[in-house]
Amino acid sequence: MKRTTKRKLTDAILYAVLVLAVVLAGALIDWSAVKANFFDPAGWKRGGNWGDLITIGVKNTIVYTLVAFVFGFGLAIFLALMKLSPVAPYRWLATGYIEFFRGLPALIVILVMAFGVPIAFNWQPPGGLVGAGLIGLILVAGAYMAETLRAGIQAVPKGQTEAARSLGMSAGRTTLSVVLPQALRIVIPPLTNEFVLLIKDTALLFVIGVQVGQRELTSVARDLTTSGPTAGTSTSLIQAAILYLIITLPLTRLVALLEKRQQRAR
Amino acid sequence: MTVPQQTSGRAIEVRDLHKYFGENEVLKGIDFHVDHGQVVCVIGPSGSGKSTLLRCVNRLEDPTSGTIWVEGVDITDPETDLDQVRSRIGIVFQSFNLFPHMNVMRNLCIAQQRVRGRSKDEAVEVARANLAKVGLAGKEDAYPAHLSGGQQQRVAIARALSMDPDMMLFDEPTSALDPELVGDVLAVMKKLASEGMTMMVVTHEMGFAREVGDKLVFMDDGVIVEEGDPAEVLANPQHERTRSFLSKVL
Repeated sequence: MKRTTKRKLTDAILYAVLVLAVVLAGALIDWSAVKANFFDPAGWKRGGNWGDLITIGVKNTIVYTLVAFVFGFGLAIFLALMKLSPVAPYRWLATGYIEFFRGLPALIVILVMAFGVPIAFNWQPPGGLVGAGLIGLILVAGAYMAETLRAGIQAVPKGQTEAARSLGMSAGRTTLSVVLPQALRIVIPPLTNEFVLLIKDTALLFVIGVQVGQRELTSVARDLTTSGPTAGTSTSLIQAAILYLIITLPLTRLVALLEKRQQRAR
Repeated sequence: MTVPQQTSGRAIEVRDLHKYFGENEVLKGIDFHVDHGQVVCVIGPSGSGKSTLLRCVNRLEDPTSGTIWVEGVDITDPETDLDQVRSRIGIVFQSFNLFPHMNVMRNLCIAQQRVRGRSKDEAVEVARANLAKVGLAGKEDAYPAHLSGGQQQRVAIARALSMDPDMMLFDEPTSALDPELVGDVLAVMKKLASEGMTMMVVTHEMGFAREVGDKLVFMDDGVIVEEGDPAEVLANPQHERTRSFLSKVL
């Protein structure tokens, strides 16, 4: 057989398998059941599920993500600088913290912060249960972002520090004016990634069960599987999934774009 | 507080300097000095310790033992305010090390304002004068990435000059440049030398050393093998190691 004939034959087989799989799926799946469970028009139409999903769910998800990101980032700068400190105990503390929280499921941290710590330490978390859960998210996000930041700081060439110090700038001034601005630029793409992860992680707050008006997107969607126009179906979950994608997909595209631009700038 | 330990009357005085990197002794007892207004060129094969010696002079490297006085101040004394000393020593690196996130003007002004405490107007004025001196007037708003290597290195020189340093250290300033750009940088350095700037230059540019240098120091394997008048040393090296090095580079 000729080489080109052989290649054409392989391609034909691959396409045939694909078509067969699609046809089989179409024939074997009960589409009316899928439609009733996933695409109940009572939920998709105006005045269906969208109102609560967006005005409560999406709104709270975005607020929680922003709060966790801002505080997590502040914590991360602190941890990253500690990890690079000339004082060894600071380095140990930061390393211990980062390894500890990166080694745990975020869910455990959230549960312990919401239900364990307030009782054990007789502590009123700011913002109540949601606040406690958010602090859990912040503690974890801070650990991950600290590692990202540390890598970014270390990616700034040593010559930059040397140039700044040789001009008489103090160590602190050098970090602030020369190293951090460059490190932040380097970590914008990975940090945007962390942001996307955080959006999805706010769904973990579902487990602490808060008041209706404070629920994030996943909790709201979950409520709508048992009450409201599409109760008894998963329609609201599919709708929530679409809303998540509307937020996360542009952000992941943005990361890809930023990375490409950074590569070109180099 | 900076307390002058001794006023040797020299710009740089190095005595019995040793430097280890781990087990590796890269400086094996260096005695070295630069007088005011002198241009001292240091040559030698790579790994000879010449860059380490230069970097010890403003404590980018910590000497293992020995003493270094800069303008009479013992910089190996832990009580010395290093930032203060460093701000009086201009240093130009092989890889330029301009701040890439700042434009040229900001590169020249930041240390003037933050370290010297100059007002913005004052700093800008000094920066403009020094940019003109290195032949780059009009490049104030450019970012380093948009400049050629030779231009970046001249900006780096202007940045160091803007601090009104007592002396300038050059660490292989032309080694990272395309050959056709070397001349511009050397021309600026020659101009500086002719204005009486005290300079220590680690270099492979033998022509510059012969033409501009007041003293040539040849280092090999962590020791100063030979030093003297540049033309003399280059034409008539006394030591076998100097001869063999020069025969390879000239």
